[in-house]
Amino acid sequence: MNFPILSVVTFLPLAGAVFLIFVHRDRKNFLRSLALAFTLINFVLSLFLYIHFNPQTAETQFVEKGPWIGYGINYHIGIDGLSLFLVLLTTFLMPIAILSSWNYIQKKVKEYMIFMLILETGIIGVFVSFNLFLFYVFWEVTLIPMYFLIGVWGGPRRIYATLKYVLFTMLGSLLMLVAIFVLYSTYYKATGVYSFNIFDLSKLILNPNLQLWLFLAFALSFAIKVPMFPLHTWLPDAHVEAPTAGSVILAAILLKMGAYGFLRFGLPLFPDAVMKLLPVLAVLSLIGIIYGGLMALIQKDIKSLVAYSSVSHMGLIMLAIFSLNIEAIEGAIYQMLNHGLSTGALFLIVGILYERAHTRQIKDFGGVSSQMPVFSAFFLICMLSSIGLPGLNGFIGEILCIFGIFKTSKLLAILGISTVILAAAYLLWMFQRVMQGPIKNEKIYSFTDINKREISYLVPIVIMMFWMGIYPRPFLKRMDHSVSDLLNKVNRKERIFIQAEEDKKALTEVNNLINTEKNKEMEEEAK
Amino acid sequence: MTEIFWLIPFLPLLSSFILAIFGRTLPKKYISFQACLAVFASFIISVISFFGLLKISQESYPLIKSLFTWIASGSFTINFSLQFDPLSAVMAMVVSGVGFIIHVYSVGYMDKDKGYSRYFTYLNLFTFAMLLLVMSSNIVLMFVGWEGVGLCSYLLIGFWFEKDSAANAGKKAFIVTRIGDLGFLLGIFFIFVHIGSAEFTAINQAISGGAVTQGLATLIALLLFMGAVGKSAQIPLYVWLPDAMEGPTPVSALIHAATMVTAGVYMVCRMNLLYTLSGTAALVVGVIGAVTAVYAATMALTQNDIKRVLAYSTISQIGYMFIGCGVGAYSAGMFHLYTHAFFKSLLFLSAGSVMHALSGELDMRKMGGLRKYLPFTYPAFLIGAIAIAGVPFLSGFFSKDAILTQAFANKQYFIWILGVLGAILTAFYMFRLIFLTFQGEERLEPEAKEHLHESPPVMTIPLGILAFFSIIAGFIGVPAVFGEKLNWFNKFLEPVMRPGHEVHLSIQTEWLLIIISVAVALFGIYLAYIFYIKKPQTPHQLNAKFPYVYKLLYNKYYVDEIYNAVFVKPVVRGSEIVYDNFDLKVIDGAVNGSASVTGLSGKILSYLQTGLIKDYALVFLFGVILFLGYLLF
Repeated sequence: MNFPILSVVTFLPLAGAVFLIFVHRDRKNFLRSLALAFTLINFVLSLFLYIHFNPQTAETQFVEKGPWIGYGINYHIGIDGLSLFLVLLTTFLMPIAILSSWNYIQKKVKEYMIFMLILETGIIGVFVSFNLFLFYVFWEVTLIPMYFLIGVWGGPRRIYATLKYVLFTMLGSLLMLVAIFVLYSTYYKATGVYSFNIFDLSKLILNPNLQLWLFLAFALSFAIKVPMFPLHTWLPDAHVEAPTAGSVILAAILLKMGAYGFLRFGLPLFPDAVMKLLPVLAVLSLIGIIYGGLMALIQKDIKSLVAYSSVSHMGLIMLAIFSLNIEAIEGAIYQMLNHGLSTGALFLIVGILYERAHTRQIKDFGGVSSQMPVFSAFFLICMLSSIGLPGLNGFIGEILCIFGIFKTSKLLAILGISTVILAAAYLLWMFQRVMQGPIKNEKIYSFTDINKREISYLVPIVIMMFWMGIYPRPFLKRMDHSVSDLLNKVNRKERIFIQAEEDKKALTEVNNLINTEKNKEMEEEAK
Repeated sequence: MTEIFWLIPFLPLLSSFILAIFGRTLPKKYISFQACLAVFASFIISVISFFGLLKISQESYPLIKSLFTWIASGSFTINFSLQFDPLSAVMAMVVSGVGFIIHVYSVGYMDKDKGYSRYFTYLNLFTFAMLLLVMSSNIVLMFVGWEGVGLCSYLLIGFWFEKDSAANAGKKAFIVTRIGDLGFLLGIFFIFVHIGSAEFTAINQAISGGAVTQGLATLIALLLFMGAVGKSAQIPLYVWLPDAMEGPTPVSALIHAATMVTAGVYMVCRMNLLYTLSGTAALVVGVIGAVTAVYAATMALTQNDIKRVLAYSTISQIGYMFIGCGVGAYSAGMFHLYTHAFFKSLLFLSAGSVMHALSGELDMRKMGGLRKYLPFTYPAFLIGAIAIAGVPFLSGFFSKDAILTQAFANKQYFIWILGVLGAILTAFYMFRLIFLTFQGEERLEPEAKEHLHESPPVMTIPLGILAFFSIIAGFIGVPAVFGEKLNWFNKFLEPVMRPGHEVHLSIQTEWLLIIISVAVALFGIYLAYIFYIKKPQTPHQLNAKFPYVYKLLYNKYYVDEIYNAVFVKPVVRGSEIVYDNFDLKVIDGAVNGSASVTGLSGKILSYLQTGLIKDYALVFLFGVILFLGYLLF
C-alpha cells in the first residue's frame, strides 16, 4: 500500500477547514455543503480501511512512519483491531453531525464548520497515533474546537459549561503530559535511545512504584474523558449547553477517547499498576453504572438524562475493560460503537425535539407520538438500542460485556447487570412522558413530523443498529487478534522486556536486542 | 419436506417488515390479507413439519437448521439455529394456529382503528418472536425471542398510548418482566461458564452425562425460573398482567393468555432435565405455581372488570401449568398450556365481542341479561367457561385433571389441596362472570343499549372455531383409566420429556380423583348460581359481614401499593436526594470552589469574544515547550 490512505483520512478534514477559510462567510449554504462534502468524502475514503483491513493479524496496519521533530518525536500512525471501528465511527458520524446542524446553527456558520472539521482531524489523529507525543498533540487538538463549539454555539450557561469541561480535561491532560515525559526519559536512561513509540515504551519494565504514579496520571486523564465516577459532573453540564452536533460528537466519540486510552496506553504500558488498582477501578466503574442510571432516572431535562445514561453505559464499558478477558474487551469495544450510535442518535432526537419546542424539559412534552408518528418510530428504535434489546446492536455489546465480567467476577456481574433494569426504567419512563399520553401542551399541536433531511441522517444510524445487532461477525472478527494481543501484553506473555535500571550489562543486552530488531525492520523495508 | 421448518418464524417477520415500512400507504384490505396470510402460511408449514416429524425415527430428533454464526467472541459462540422436535412442534402449531385465528378476529375488531397497519405490524412481529422463542436451538437465541415477545407486549399494551393508563401499563410490563429477565441472563451465563455451550442438545447431554452437580442445577434452574416468573406472571412478579389488559382485546387473547405468558412454562419444559435433576428447583416451581393458582383466583372473585377477571384467571391457570412441571409431570403442564390456549383465547375474544357490542364497556355491573342480544357470543363464552371450570369432557377437564392426578401421585398433597381449592374458585368466578354478564336483570346504560349488536362474522367465526377446539382438544390426552394407550399427547412428547416422571396410581384412586375434580367444579358452579342468580343479595350480605376481606380482595391485597411504597418511591426519592446533595453540592462544589469557575467566567467571556484562537494556541505551545525543556535538559 503506497497510497497514504490513513494520512489522507486523518488530514482531509483539516484541509477542508483550510479551504473553508477562503469561502465568504455569507455563503452559508455553500459552507454547509462544503463541510458535508468533505466529511462524506472522508467517510467513503475510510471505507477503504475497512475493506483492506486484514482481520488475520494483530499487527498494526496502514502504518505510516516519518521523521518529524526528532528526539523520538516522529510521525507514526496506523490502525489495528482496537482503533479501526472507532475511526470508522468518527467518519460515519461526522457528516451526520453536520447535517443535524444545518438549520440549528445560524450564527457564525463558517467558524462552526471549520471547528467541526478540525475536530474530526483531531479525533481521528487520537485513534491512529502510535507515537505518544503525536497522540498528545491530537488529544489536545480535540479540546480546542470543542471548547468553542460549546462556548460560542451553546445554551445560556455555555461559558460555565465549557470552562468546566476545559478545566477538567486540562487538569487530566497536563498530568498525562508529565507522565509521558517521565516515561520518555526513563526509556532514554534505560536504552540510550529517544523514543515515544508505544511499542518501544511498552517493552519497559518499570519499577512498580513509578509505574503506579505514571498510570495514575494517565488514568486520571482518561477517566475524566470517559467520564468515570466521581469525575463525571462536567458531562451533564457540557451536554446540556452544547449544540446538538456538539453533544453527538462529545458523547458518541470524544468519550470513547478515554476508554480507548485505557486500552491503547493504560493497559499495555502499565500492566502491574493496572493489576494493583484493578479492584478500585472496577468498583468505580460499577458505581458509575448504578449511579449514572439512578441519576438518569430523575433528570428533568431530556439531554441531561441522556448524559447521565452515558455515565452508566460508559461504566459498563470500563468494568468490561477491567475484566481483562477477550469477551469483555471485545464487548467493550463493541459497546463503544453501540453507545456511539445509540447515544448519538438520542442526542439527535433531543435536538429534533428542541428545534420544534425550544425546550428540553420533560414536563413540557407529552403525546408527541400522535403528532409525529415517523419520528416516534425512530425514537423508539434508538431507545431500544440503548436499552440493549436483542436484534439491535446494544444487546451484543451488553451480553459480551456482562459475560466477560461474569467470567472474572460473578459478584460484579450480578451488580452490574442492574443496568438492564435501570436503562429500561429511565428511558421508557422518559419516552412515556415525552411521547405518550394525551397532549397537554398546546404548542405540540404545531409540531411537524421529521423532514427528509432529518430522516436522511437517522436512517443510516438505524440501519447500522440492525446490522450490528443481527450480524456482528464482521466487526468482532476484525477485533479478535488485536484484543488477544493486548491481553497477552497485559499478562506479560510474548514480550521482550527492558529493565529500567542503569545496569551496564542489561543495557548492552537491551541495545543488542533493539539493534537486531531495527536490523530486521530495515531488512523488511528493503524487501 | 421437514427441512423447510426454519421458514416458520420468518414469514411473519417478512410481513411485519413490509408493513412497518409501507404500511402507512397500503390499503387496509391488503394489510389484513398479508398479515393473516403470513401467519396462516406459518401454520401450514408447522403442520407439514409436524407430520414430517411423525414419519422419521425418534433418534433423529431434534431436527436442527443452523443458519449462520451469530456471535463469536472468545468462548462465547452462538449460532443462529432453529430446531424442531415434538415440544417445538406443539408450540409452533399452537402459536401459529391460535395466532392466525386471532389475526382474523382482529380484522373485525380493529376495523375502525387509525393505527390499523401499526397494529398488524406489531402482531406479526410478535408471532415471529414467539415462534423464534419456541424454535431456537440454544438458550441465547431463545432469550432473543423472549425479549422480542416482551417488546411486542410493551408495544401492544401501550397501543393506545394517548391514554395515560395504557402507556403506564406498557412500561410497567416491560420493566417488571425485565426484573425476571435479569435472573434469566445470569442463568445463561452460568450455563455457559460451567457447561460450555448454550445449545439445548449439549446442555441435555451434559446433564444426562452427570457433568452438572445438583447444586449447580438448582442454581441455574432457579435463575432461569426467575425469568419465567416475570414472563408468566407468577408471584411475586404477576403485577403487570392485570394492567396489561389496557391493550386491545385480541392482544390480551394472543399475548396475555394463549402464548407469550406461557413462555415460562415452555422454558421449564424445555429444560426439564435440569429441574428434575435439581429436585429443589422443581419443588419451588410447584409451590409457586400452586400458591399463585389460589392467590390469583381469590383476586378474580371480586373484580368487576370483565377482562381483569380473565387476567387473574390466566395467572391462576399458568400456576396450574407450573404445578404440573413442579411435580415432574411436564407433559401434563404442556397439555394444560395447549388446552388453555384454546379456551382462554375463546374467553378473551368473547369478552371482546361483548365489549364490541357495548361500545367498549368493561364493567360487569353495567351488563347483565345479554344472552338474548348476543346469541352467538353467549354460547361461545359459556363453552369457554365450562371448559376452564373443568366440567367433563371438555378440554380443560382433561388437562387440569392430569395435573392434579400427577400432583397427588407424586405425594405432593399440599400442592394437590391448593390445586383443588383453586378449582372451586375457578368454577365460581367464571360462572359469576357468566351470570353477571349474560343472565339476570339488565343493568345496561341506555346509550349502550341503543347500539347493542352482535359482532360481524369475521369475529364470530373465529369464536366458533375456538369453541370447537375448546370442546374437543382434550381428547388427545385422556386419562389412563380410559386406557393407557389413549394418551397420544404424552407419547408424542416423550422423546423430549424423558419417560419415568409420571407415576401411575391404582385405577380406584384415579377414579376417586376424577370424581373429586368433577364434584369440585360442579360445586363451584352451583355456588355461583346461588350467589348471583338464586339469592343475588348474598354477595352484599357477605361484604357487609366481612368488609375487610372484601376490601382486601377488591384492592388486590394492596400489592401494587406496597411495591410502589417499598421499591419505586424510595429509589426515585433517594436518587433525588443524592442528586441534589451529592452530585450538585459535594462533587460540583469541590470543583467550582477550587477552580473558582464562576469568577473566571466573566474574564473568559470577554476573551472568547475577541475570538483569538491563536492566543490560546500560543499559550499552549509555550507550555509544552517549557515542559520539554524542563524534562530534557
